[in-house]
Amino acid sequence: MDATSKIPHDAIDEPDLTQDPALPPVALDPTIHEAEEAHWTPVKIAIWVAIALLGGLSWVMLAVVRGETVNAIWFVFAAICTYLIGYRFYSNYIQKHLLRPDDRRATPAEYKADGKDYAATDRRVLFGHHFAAIAGAGPLVGPVLAAQMGYLPGTIWIIVGVVFAGAVQDYLVLFFSMRRGGRSLGQMARDELGRVGGTAALIATLTIMVIIVAILALVVTNALAESAWGVFSVGMTIPIALFMGCYLRFFRPGKVTEISIIGFVLLIAAIVGGGAIAGTEWGAALFTVDKVPLAIGIIVYGFIAAILPVWLLLAPRDYLSTFMKIGTIGMLAVAIIVVRPEITVPAVTEFATSGAGPVVSGTLFPFLFVTIACGALSGFHALIASGTTPKLIEKERQTRFIGYGGMLMESFVAIMALVAALSIDQGIYYAMNASPALTGGTVQGAAAFVNGLGLTGVSVTPELLAQTALNVGEETIVSRTGGAPTLSVGLANIMQQVAGGSGMMAFWYHFAIMFEALFILTAVDAGTRVARFMLQDSLGNFFPKFKDTSWRTGAWLTTGIMVAAWGAVLVMGVTDPLGGINTLFPLFGIANQLLAAIALAVCMAIVAKRGMFKYIWIVAVPLGFAAVVTITASIMKIFSTVPSVGYFAQNAAFSKALADGETSFGTATSVAAMEAVVRNTMVQGILSIVFVTLAVIVIFTALQATWNAWKTHSNATNEDLAVPSRIFAPSGIMATPAEKATQALWDARPSTGKRKTREH
Amino acid sequence: MGVATAVRSAVAGLAWYVKGVMGEDAYEKYLAHHESVHGTDAQVPVLTEREFWRDQTDRQDTNPQGRCC
Repeated sequence: MDATSKIPHDAIDEPDLTQDPALPPVALDPTIHEAEEAHWTPVKIAIWVAIALLGGLSWVMLAVVRGETVNAIWFVFAAICTYLIGYRFYSNYIQKHLLRPDDRRATPAEYKADGKDYAATDRRVLFGHHFAAIAGAGPLVGPVLAAQMGYLPGTIWIIVGVVFAGAVQDYLVLFFSMRRGGRSLGQMARDELGRVGGTAALIATLTIMVIIVAILALVVTNALAESAWGVFSVGMTIPIALFMGCYLRFFRPGKVTEISIIGFVLLIAAIVGGGAIAGTEWGAALFTVDKVPLAIGIIVYGFIAAILPVWLLLAPRDYLSTFMKIGTIGMLAVAIIVVRPEITVPAVTEFATSGAGPVVSGTLFPFLFVTIACGALSGFHALIASGTTPKLIEKERQTRFIGYGGMLMESFVAIMALVAALSIDQGIYYAMNASPALTGGTVQGAAAFVNGLGLTGVSVTPELLAQTALNVGEETIVSRTGGAPTLSVGLANIMQQVAGGSGMMAFWYHFAIMFEALFILTAVDAGTRVARFMLQDSLGNFFPKFKDTSWRTGAWLTTGIMVAAWGAVLVMGVTDPLGGINTLFPLFGIANQLLAAIALAVCMAIVAKRGMFKYIWIVAVPLGFAAVVTITASIMKIFSTVPSVGYFAQNAAFSKALADGETSFGTATSVAAMEAVVRNTMVQGILSIVFVTLAVIVIFTALQATWNAWKTHSNATNEDLAVPSRIFAPSGIMATPAEKATQALWDARPSTGKRKTREH
Repeated sequence: MGVATAVRSAVAGLAWYVKGVMGEDAYEKYLAHHESVHGTDAQVPVLTEREFWRDQTDRQDTNPQGRCC
């Protein structure tokens, strides 16, 4: 990073962006875009009226008309119509008034082009890339857990939240990073918020990353524990990835699609073979692993995977994961539209107000908003939107399609996960998601617990639970917490109606488990690597030798520290007498939302420094909401006197029981278990304090920067200096007529130096 | 446009898209960039396909990118 480009400069001294007259236009005049948008033909009006009516009707069907059941198709229509309206009107408003992209300016992919890290990429391809990088297990898990509050709160938050918060954050961070040569969120925080805010943001990012990796690992551990089939088929992804890595390295470099197809076929074979092997006596004995040894296995795996060269394991696994992600999500969308399951869950359950839900404790406000983070507002995206994507973007106006549009797609994934979770029998849902401490881990215990919940229309028999486990090829489905197994049952239930019938349920179940485990293991590996580099960079300030990232001992040491950190939280989760997911998942959501608050705070400071106070509410509203939600949730986790909500209240209750000499308390049946609760709640409580303190510091420094900008009528910016562009490309998914006309001028040029495009 | 041409064009479009999203076109992009900057000047060495892909994964070793949750 050259120092000169980072000096703040006045935004008013517009640099000369006069383009090379020998070239066709590199940008359309903004008035042409506006004229095209304002040109309302009768057909266009009819289409948008139809979208609005269908969307409105769908919301009425979901929110007002409450029959016995509601059809899943209304979720799909409500989501798609709202996204279309949000994209067409709100993101356009943000583009026009707040961000004001200028296609006459070259993007980093153009002015820093090196053909490798910085390379202009077709917008539709980049959309796929970006989507594959942001969407993972998060949007699949959170909505499943939040389904205990009923279908309506989660649906509203996912759809409205993404339009006004999640997609706005992704769009803004992507745009601001692009204007700064692809700078990372951490660097932008330092530039905009100064040393204190920047350092707090860095430490927060690092700790948040540890928590996120740990809880993702917990989800995968819960999904695979005591499942010989799952352990075998997911375990097989390691040799498959190693084979793919060697194939690409030594045999046919660059043949990515070819090897991904081979890998995919091998994966399917591993899933099918897993069923056969789990059915044999030796297979069941060999691959049925308890939670604790499995967690240790994942920790050891995480360490080895993070120190192996990228080409051997991470890169091929990434290819597989991208392939599976886009394929499976597309398949699920089609299946939901074909099957259109009827949903029997009430719109709002009593757990929304009582906070006594067995899946995740706490009332709707604020805990719904932290349980569903990914899909509505995901802070982690700020790291991606300030990572690879801004270095690949072709033209400034494309940030809207990729940043805002990409997040809408993720939100749609969350809606589909919600539908899949809602489509399964409620009794099965609660039996799967209540912790073993509540169900005793047996079908009888689970049935007794579920029937004792006293929810109208919710009942289950031990026979149904046993039969469902048999159908999906598992030993048991009782207390398979973490969301992934529930989603897999839902997906299997929907898919078997499209292909294969009930005989195929076990295959689809394990296909879904495999699909989630792949993302998670890739995220764990990549997250450990990123965290290790951040730690090395920070330690390097005190011990300069750590800055040298090729220093083996340092790399191994810092990797070890990061793995130990998330590993400790993981082990805490799997051994937690209180259940694990229900106590830890709120921390995941809080961490993710705090990262969002940090990212939005940085964006607000940038907007304020540009003096754009008239439109600052676009950032301030989601920032305010994220801040209120996460700070309230943290405070409740720290200070609540209800033991199931407050970490320290739980800690005090168990400490008191121990002091009184009791040998069992609540769901902890031994002194050792009680001591574990005391230890775990203390760690969780301290983490909550650390997160909220860091976030408050960052938000405070952002408010300070905003106030200073207001007082001094600032017009400063840390943007890179503008460079005139020499290329053209349309901005949205489809080229508009004016864009097509300009594209034709470019296509008509002699072929030398012409860039390959593919416009239909 | 006949049905055959339409199908062929759709398949080609799909292949182009899949290759792009999977990142298979990275070497072609690198070559195009190299040519646009250095022309066909033989003085500036160009990475072979094998060297390019090695370099690509090796760069990821020192510059890891997160995947989202």
